[in-house]
Formats: sequence, C-alpha cells, structure tokens
Amino acid sequence: MQITLLAFDWFFLVEKLVLIIGIISVSLVIAMYETWAERKVAAFIQDRIGPNRAGPLGLFQPLADGMKLFMKEEIIPNTSNRMLFILGPCLAMMTAMMTSAVIPWGGTLDLFGRSIPLQITDINIGILYIFGVVSMGVYGIMIGGWASNNKFSLLAALRGASQVISYELPMGLSLIALLMLTGSLKMSVIVGQQLDGWYNVLWQPLGFFIFLVCAFAECNRTPFDLPEAENELNFGYHQEYSSMKLGFYLFAEYINMFISSVIMSTLFFGGYDIPFVNDAHLVESWGNWAVLLQGFCLFAKTAMFIFLFMWVRWTIPRFRYDQLMNLCWKRLIPLALANMIITAAIVLWLKK
Amino acid sequence: MSVTVFLFYFLSVLALGSAIMVVISRNPVYSVLWLISTFFAISGHYILMNAQFIGIVNLIVYAGAIMVLFLFVIMLMNLNAESEPKKNKWLKLAGVVSGGCLLLVMVAALKSAEVKGELVQVKEGEIGLIENLGKALFTDFVVPFEISSILFLSAMVGAVVIGKKGD
Repeated sequence: MQITLLAFDWFFLVEKLVLIIGIISVSLVIAMYETWAERKVAAFIQDRIGPNRAGPLGLFQPLADGMKLFMKEEIIPNTSNRMLFILGPCLAMMTAMMTSAVIPWGGTLDLFGRSIPLQITDINIGILYIFGVVSMGVYGIMIGGWASNNKFSLLAALRGASQVISYELPMGLSLIALLMLTGSLKMSVIVGQQLDGWYNVLWQPLGFFIFLVCAFAECNRTPFDLPEAENELNFGYHQEYSSMKLGFYLFAEYINMFISSVIMSTLFFGGYDIPFVNDAHLVESWGNWAVLLQGFCLFAKTAMFIFLFMWVRWTIPRFRYDQLMNLCWKRLIPLALANMIITAAIVLWLKK
Repeated sequence: MSVTVFLFYFLSVLALGSAIMVVISRNPVYSVLWLISTFFAISGHYILMNAQFIGIVNLIVYAGAIMVLFLFVIMLMNLNAESEPKKNKWLKLAGVVSGGCLLLVMVAALKSAEVKGELVQVKEGEIGLIENLGKALFTDFVVPFEISSILFLSAMVGAVVIGKKGD
C-alpha cells in the first residue's frame, strides 16, 4: 500500500496552521488586555485612576497578574474527582477558542502568488457551528463545579448551566430572523452582503438587541453573573480552583467576551467592512494593506462592544435568579418570536 | 489510505470505544461524558457523509442540550460506585442473556438487510446540505414534518402542565 497520506496540499496545511496560531495568539493577547481595560474602565467610572504602577499607564499589569497566577500553588482538593477537576478548565478554554474558526477576519490576502482568505474555514453551516460550540461551553462550568465536590460550586454550576441553556433559545430565535434576510448560514456570505449594502442592524434592531442581551448572559457577565454571585455562593463554580486552572476559567470568560463581540460585529455590524468606503475599490488600489485595514476595522468594532460589556458591568447591578429566568422565558422569547414572525411576514410580502 | 478513510476508521474506533465505556463505567457521570464523546464521533461520521446539517444538529440538540439535562440529574442525585446497591446474581445473568438475544436479533437483521455489502458513500450526495434538506422538508415531506412539530408542541404543553401542578 502506498503512503498517499502525503498527497495533500502541504502549503494549505501550513497556511491554515499559521492562521490558527495567529488567531489564537491574538485572542489570548486581547483577553489579557481586556483585564487591564476592565480595571481602567472601572476606575474611570468610579472616578479612580486604576492600575498605574506596572509600566506606563499600568500596561504591564496583565503580565504581572499572569505571573502571579502561574506562581501560585496548585491545589487539587483531596476529595474531588481529579481527572474531571482538570478537564473542567481545559474544556472551558477549548470551547472559548473553537468559535473563532468560522469567523471571517478580513478579505483575501495575496501572498506568494496564492490568495489566502483570512478565515480558517468557510463551512456552509457557519452559524450553526457557533451554536454547537456555545452549547458545549456549559460542560466546562458543570464538570468543574461538580468535580470540586463542594455544594456551593455545584449550585453555581447548575445556575450557570441553566442560564446558558435558557438564553440560547432567544439567541437562536433572534438569529432565525436574521437568517431569513440573508438566506445563508455561511459567515462569508453574511458579511459579503453587508459589504455592498446596509448593515444588518438596520433591518434587525430588535433582533440585535435580543442577541446582545443573550450574549451578556452566555458570557456570565454582569448583570447575569449569578454563577459567580460571591454574596450567595462564595466564589461560584471555580471556588476550589487555584493557580493557572483558575486563570483558565477567568481567561475563558474574557475570550468568550471577545469572541461574542466579534460575532456581534460580524453578524450585525458588517464584519470587516470599512465603513463609508467602497471596499472593493480600496482592495483593488491598495492590495494587501486594504485587507489588513479591514481586519483592523473588525477589531475596532469589536473593541466598541467590549467597552459596552464593561460599561454595563460597572453600571447595572446583578439580577435576582427569578428575575433572570423571567426575563428570558417571559420577555425575551415572546419578543424574539414576534420579531421572527414579523420579519417572515415582511419578507414574504416584499417577495411577492 | 486517504485522509477520509483514516478519519472513518478513527471515528469508528472512537464511537465504538466510547459506547463500550458508557456501559462499563462504574461512575454514572463518566458514563454520560463517554456518551457525549460517542455523539461527537457520530457527528463526525455524518460530516464525512456530507450531511453537515444533521451532524451539527446532533451536537446542538443531543450533546448540547439533552446530555446537559442528564448530567444535571445525575450530578444532583450524587450516585457513586460505593453507594450503588449490590445486584442479584440472577439479575446479572438475566441481563447477559437478554443482551445476547438483542445482539442475535441485530446480527440476523443486518445479515438480511439490503445495505449489506454496500460501502458507505463518503463525501458524496448533496441531500445532506442544509439548502437541499430544507427544500425536501418543506415540499416533499411537509405533512410528516408538520405532524412531528405538532407532536413536539403537545409534549411542550404537557411539560408546562406538569410543571404548573404545584401552584
């Protein structure tokens, strides 16, 4: 038998590998500086200065924090389930990273005579893939909380899981309305339509609002951070964790925040589209620089959403648990259903 | 051995191995986790057969929602290998016999099935792609589709009624 395993396009493999490594390191760095930005925003809102000792403007603060987490003693509780205890943060981190695979980060680069799309994979079930990965995110919380062998952790894990499952429903319903307009689940097609026309948020303002609220809930951010409600549950599902395993949980949360901001800008705010400019002309005249500018635009839009996340966190207090569930099942789901039906009716009426 | 064939064998081994682990794990939480990995392997098979929609929906619905509920229940019941009651020897024997009977029936059924000897179609067929599947569901199979949606609706109403009983 001949070894034909070697028969595939090695350049393709290298290209994708470089892209994956690049995107993962970028999201890690952004997650790192999100912790810094969060402190600075909190300080600004509370009329303080915030971190300013480590480096200029406290820019090295995340490095110092990471160092501190690495240096701490690794503790695995004696009574807990060792393997699952380690698996929990790994899963949380992995699912946080996996979503970035279908996001188009920019146009097509021309390098070494090859055109390289800045998207890891353009599957025709792009949005469903994101849903699949998001629904896997529950396991990191649940397994970690259960394996800690601590009643508070378990309670927090159950809260977190039920919250994430509940808010997935209005999120999906709000996206169905969007998909009726685009007619495709491919991320590249959704962005492509917005490159030429208006941004989707103009057609789907209510859908975008529902999606935004659900994104807050999925990321366990305030006002939905009940899994980490320290006044009721000590520290939440990662109470027993220390050192870098705790760091992974916290980091995964920040990466989730980054990725959901990217998804919101991709689906509703035109993705890598440069606003007020005809992108196709610009790419023709500027070449690769225009593509990089597109990527930069996506990051600028993302930064705006990340700031919104932080702004809300330091403005709105936490919900009570029954308020959280009522908001989801009695407000958001009927609202999303109404949005879906109205959109469907209008689409049908216009197509006649 | 092409990449597809390699993936096929890898996923098959993963699916069968984790399915066996579901049965032989002592800890029910481990069983659920192995079942989730079985679902992943089966979804991989769907994707190999170019049925991307079914593959991803299998993950969203079964691995992402239903298994989470399973995990909920098992974690809250706090079942352990130690607290498991000793089973009767005769009960075990009965289990083995009935399992063997099921295997026998399945082997007999598969032996006479028409698909025997046909290779799985890998990377072929367009019906599994979401657009074609949607068209088929809403034109040729619209009546069974709607009937099954009524079934789901009635199940949902039933769940709400049971949930409301306490008030």
